[in-house]
Parts: sequence; C-alpha cells; structure tokens
Amino acid sequence: MKIILNNRPENFEGDSLSVSKIMEIKSFHFKMLVVRLNDKLIKREEYETTDVKDGDDLKIIHLVSGG
Amino acid sequence: MPTFNQIKAILSQKTVGIAGAGGLGSNCAVSLIRSGVGKLIVADYDRVSPENLNRQFYFRKQSGMKKVDALRENLQKICPGCLLQMHDTWVTKDNIELLFSVCDVVVEAFDEADQKSMLIEYMLTNLPDIPLVAASGMAGFGRTDQLKVVQSGNLYVCGDAQSEISEENPPLAPRVNIVANMQADIVLQLLLKDVV
Repeated sequence: MKIILNNRPENFEGDSLSVSKIMEIKSFHFKMLVVRLNDKLIKREEYETTDVKDGDDLKIIHLVSGG
Repeated sequence: MPTFNQIKAILSQKTVGIAGAGGLGSNCAVSLIRSGVGKLIVADYDRVSPENLNRQFYFRKQSGMKKVDALRENLQKICPGCLLQMHDTWVTKDNIELLFSVCDVVVEAFDEADQKSMLIEYMLTNLPDIPLVAASGMAGFGRTDQLKVVQSGNLYVCGDAQSEISEENPPLAPRVNIVANMQADIVLQLLLKDVV
C-alpha cells in the first residue's frame, strides 16, 4: 500500500498495517510523539489497534524537550 | 498585504494564549505584542534565574522574580495599553480549559516533552477548534535550514523535531528565537487569514 508519511510518499507491504507496526518498520522509537492519521489524533493506547490503509496521510511528529 | 494599521486593527481584537513563559513563550509574547495582538493569556509557574538569560526575554535585575511578573513588566514597556492576563500556575489538564478556552490561538511553549504531549492531546481532543502552535527541537546552533513547520489540521509543530535540549546540547538565543518567531508568525497567519 502507498501512504503519505510525514509529507513523503512511502510504500509498505500489504493492504493495511497498524500504526505501531509502521513505527516499528520505520524505527520511530521515540518516547514522546504526536500521531495524526488523516488529521485525526491517535492516542498512544490506540497505536496497536489503529490501522493505516492505502492513500492515508500519516504524521508522526517527535516531541523533544526544550522551550 | 494590508497596512500595519489595518493589521493592528484586527489583531487588537484577538486573544492569544501562551503556555509557558520561557525561551519560546517570552520571545513569542514580545513579537505578538509588537505586532499588535490585543490580549495575551500567559501561564508559567517558574522564576527568572541567571541561566535563563541566554535566551529568555528577561533582564539580570529580574532574577528571582516570577516569570509572569517579569514578563508583564517587560511587555508593558513595549505596549502599556495591551491586556495581559498572567497566571502564576502549572498548566494541567484541570486548568487548560479555564485558562485557554477563550483564546483565538494557543501557543505551546513548554520545556518538557511530556508537558507538550499533554497539552497537544488535551487541546486536540477537547478544544479542537482552537489552532495550537507547538514546538519541538531547537537546541544548539547552526542547521537553521532544518527548522521547519509541520502542519496537521489545527496543529502546527515548529522546530527540527530532533534537537533535544540537554547539558550537551544547550539552548541558545538564536535558534530558540527563530522557533519562537516561527510560532508567532504562524499565529499572525491564523489571526489574519481573512484579510490576506
């Protein structure tokens, strides 16, 4: 399937993958993140159960300390 | 592009919330006040200390003062007539609504990543119609081309999303100010979207 991940087109195997699976594949191991799927907030507890499909717009933003 | 007077006329009617009065918050507040925003609601529990002066909009004589008091002092010197609602408090899930529900835009200017996460999650869930301008990653110097804005719906995140502030990677005025002003600039874009 083809999705937009952080504003870049990316290809993945299969028709759908969970958010946590995508994070594993792309090595997003960060502690603090904001995940938005099609502009909807996905909470930490929903990463395993939320599926990303072909054509979806996924943003995984790393939140680091400082400010 | 409208004239400054036209811009000021619109901004003077707007209210911007700023969560945190440190490197991001204090500098963002200055730019917004200078641009003509009518009212700021700022919350921070901390005091000014000498280590803050390498990036935060405070002065040596203000060491020891509560940041909200020191910032009020500084902003009033720029704009004596501006409305400043300063809250000497921790921002938590229990008071976010109370503090910021009347705002046209909210700026996330916290230090800790878990505080950033808390505010973003709360705002997107409970106050989804208020645009939130957050920041992540601004430590060190150089690589300013990596400072950018990522937008997702009503959420904007400014910074390079990787330079975490630490002993080995300290915050410094130039980069912190760039991010604080990227935030302020997005605020202006949002508040002025009907006139451009």
